[in-house]
This record gives sequence, structure tokens and C-alpha cells, in this order.
Amino acid sequence: MENNRYVIIFILVLTCTVAVLLTFIREATKDQAALNEDIFNKRSILSAIEVNLDKKVSEFSDEEVVNIFNDKFEQVVLDANGQVIEGVKAENIDMAKEKKKPEAERSLPLYIYRNGENVNYILSVRGNGLWDEIWGNIALGEDLNTVVGAAFDHKGETPGLGAEIKDNPTFSRNFQGKEILASDGDFVSILVKKGGAEPGNVHQVDGISGATITSNGVTDMLYNGIKSYQPYLETLRGKAQQGMLQQQ
Amino acid sequence: MSTTTQEVKQVEKEPLFGKKERRLITDPLNDNNPITVQILGICSALAVTSLVYPSVVMAIAVIFVTAFSNLTTSLLRNYIPKSVRMIVQLIIIATLVTVVELMLKYFNYPIYKQLSVYIGLIITNCIVMGRLEAFAMANKPWRSFLDGIGNGLGYGLILIIVGVVREIFGKGTLFAGSPLEMKLIGNTSEFFINTTDSTLFGWYSNNNLMVLPAAAMFVIGIIIWIQRSRNTKLVDIS
Repeated sequence: MENNRYVIIFILVLTCTVAVLLTFIREATKDQAALNEDIFNKRSILSAIEVNLDKKVSEFSDEEVVNIFNDKFEQVVLDANGQVIEGVKAENIDMAKEKKKPEAERSLPLYIYRNGENVNYILSVRGNGLWDEIWGNIALGEDLNTVVGAAFDHKGETPGLGAEIKDNPTFSRNFQGKEILASDGDFVSILVKKGGAEPGNVHQVDGISGATITSNGVTDMLYNGIKSYQPYLETLRGKAQQGMLQQQ
Repeated sequence: MSTTTQEVKQVEKEPLFGKKERRLITDPLNDNNPITVQILGICSALAVTSLVYPSVVMAIAVIFVTAFSNLTTSLLRNYIPKSVRMIVQLIIIATLVTVVELMLKYFNYPIYKQLSVYIGLIITNCIVMGRLEAFAMANKPWRSFLDGIGNGLGYGLILIIVGVVREIFGKGTLFAGSPLEMKLIGNTSEFFINTTDSTLFGWYSNNNLMVLPAAAMFVIGIIIWIQRSRNTKLVDIS
């Protein structure tokens, strides 16, 4: 019974059965799984502008999330020079893949949320924490300077320390009202400051004690991430303020 | 007709829930617990237990995998070539784990994200393979199935106890992330912005150690201590 032919046939039959079974289950669940992933990503974008929504993101049903995206969002993809790439939706940009490309070849997703008078620009940023990648969405107000909200996530930061960028809402709430431009219009980004932000400084937020490297990672991520959006944001600002910022 | 009933009778000589069958379920809960007595499956017990909800999902996933891998292996046990039995067992386990993964993606994507690699790592969970080698290869399907459920339950029980302790002291909540989410102790404003419920012990500030995986080690250690002080049978084993 235990000859080689039996062993080979047994394994072949088993693996084929398993392959067919798994393919069948995967095919049956594929569409719903893709939809779930899509909604999961949309929720994380919405959480950056949670302050402008009627209720908490977690209280929206899946349907409502999709509706908000269809009705109130404009999705733009930019190249590294700030030019709009036509025909691509921002939600189809995979930030993890973009991060691996050289900076000049990256595409940047930009979500524009319009609700009546209210316009928010949501930028996606990605960088490195202590153990692995961290990423986030940061929403700017109509002036393209004031931060409306931010939401961060991570792959493997230490729970209770670096993971607080996601788990502790106070961290992301501290970004609200901060400004990314100095008063003369230069880009300065926002610093996550070890030991706590100076009171009244609009370019600093409190760091997480015990998680200096993750905090610095967020600082770098914000600086590099927002900076790559700057060319496009500058054109928008230029349009809005009719050349007042053109000198720089 | 009469021959078939006779056959059924012969099979039913082993009752569905006789004393032995019940012991298959209850033994792993206490006397032969996979985590506290056999010290297996510690890795995932440390990693996923910082909150109760993921612990519960993980427990269900492992119960599913142990039960059905035991059942399948037992059904095939007379046909599996001895020379490749480990490979066959791994194929069975890996298939079931992939099924769990696909199902989670389908039904609850956020929790799939939260458990991430640890679902895949059920494949390497020693409890699963240990039961296949020690039990399913030598026992009939129904008993193997019960043994799988029992061991999965024993693992899940410890996971949930550890999860409850860690979540209460680490975050002051229970079932965070699920629809049942509630704030139990400590400062309300810290983690959930919109919770208005008054909580007990407002002075309690969350213990960050409890959120770290190391805390699970202490909690499991204490569980083992309590278990052994109450169950003298275990003291002689080690």
C-alpha cells in the first residue's frame, strides 16, 4: 500500500481537491471581500473629516459611506509635479505601492469633500514608524492651510506606545486647527514634539511619551507627504488668492 | 432494510455523548488545557488578547480549525501514507485556515485587518497539529471532532479570560470595536470621545503594561498558578 505511486497519487488527489475547494470559496466571496475592503478604506478617509460629519464614522452604515463618497467627494490623482492625471480615481491608488516608487514617479490621491459651503481637501500620507509602515489621511480646510482633522493607522507599532497614533483619539484630535504654512506662506508642516507642544504654537502637537521614534516618523511622514502635494496646493492657492502667493 | 438498521446499531455502540465523549470536551477545559497545562499556542495567546473581541473571533477560528482538521484527518487516517502524513496534515490545516481567512474577509473585514497575520499563523499553532498527531490519527471521526472542539474551547477559554483582564485594566473597556462596546472603569474622555456613560472608578488611569503582549504572559502565569492550587492532580504531572 505504501509504494511511491500511491503516495504521489494520494497527494495529487488531495491537493487538487483542496485547490478546487479553495478556488470555489474564493470566487464566491471575492466581490463582497473587495467591497468590504473598499468601504474599510473609505471609512478611514472619512475619519479624517469626522468633525464635519453629522455622526461618528463607525455609526455610518456601509451604504451611507458609499453614498457620501458618490455624492460629496471629488477624487483627483496628481503626479509629482502637481498636474492632474485624467481618468484615474484616487481610490484606485495604492499608497503602499506608490511609496516604493521614486518620488518623481509617484501618483498622489487627493479627495475633495464638498458639503454646501464646506470644502475639505484630504491628503494621504505614508511613512515609517518604529517597526513598520505608518500611514494616515490629513484633511485641510478651504484655506489649504488649517488642519480639519487627521486619522492615522499603522502596521505593527507597539500597542500602548506607538500604536496610540491610531488607538488614542486625543492624538489625532490634537491636529485640529493646526496650520501647515508659516505666516509668510512658507511650508513648515507640523511637528510632533517630544515632551509636549509649546502652548499656542500652531505648528506643533504633543508627542507620545515612550514612542519617540513613532512620533518622529509621523513628523517626517507629514513633512514629506504634504510637501509632495505642495505644487498642486500652490496652484489652488494661487487661483484662490489671485496671485498673492506667486512671489514664492 | 434490516441489514442497514443492524449496521446503524453497530455504529451506535459508541454513544454520541457518552462519558468518554463528554470527557473529550471537558478535559481540555481544565485538566488538560492546551495553554495552561500543555503550554501550547502561547504565541497567539500573547498577540491577540489585548482586546476581548479579537480574542473571541480568534477562539472561534481556532475551534473551527481544530474541529474540522481533526474530523478530516480522522476520516482519512487509514488512507494517509505514513511517510507523508505531516505534509497531509499541514495541507488540511492550511486549507481550513484559508477558509477562515476568506470567511473573515467576507463577513467582517475590520476584524480581519485587526487579526492580520495571526489568522494565518493558526497553521503553525501547535495545538492544531498536536491534536492531529496525538488523537485524530488514531481515533474515529466523531470522537476526533469532539476532541478538536474541546481543545479549541480550552484554548478559547484562556484567550477570553486573558482578553477580559487585559482590556479592563489596559483600556477600561470591554468588547471595544464590537457593537457591544462598553466603558467600564476609568476616565471616560481618554479613548472614546462620545461615551457619555458615567463609569466606575473615574480616578483609574489605564495601565499601559496590560496593553503590551508581556502582560498576557503574567496573566497566563497567574491563571496557571490559580489552576494548580485548586487542582492537585496537575501538581504531580510537572
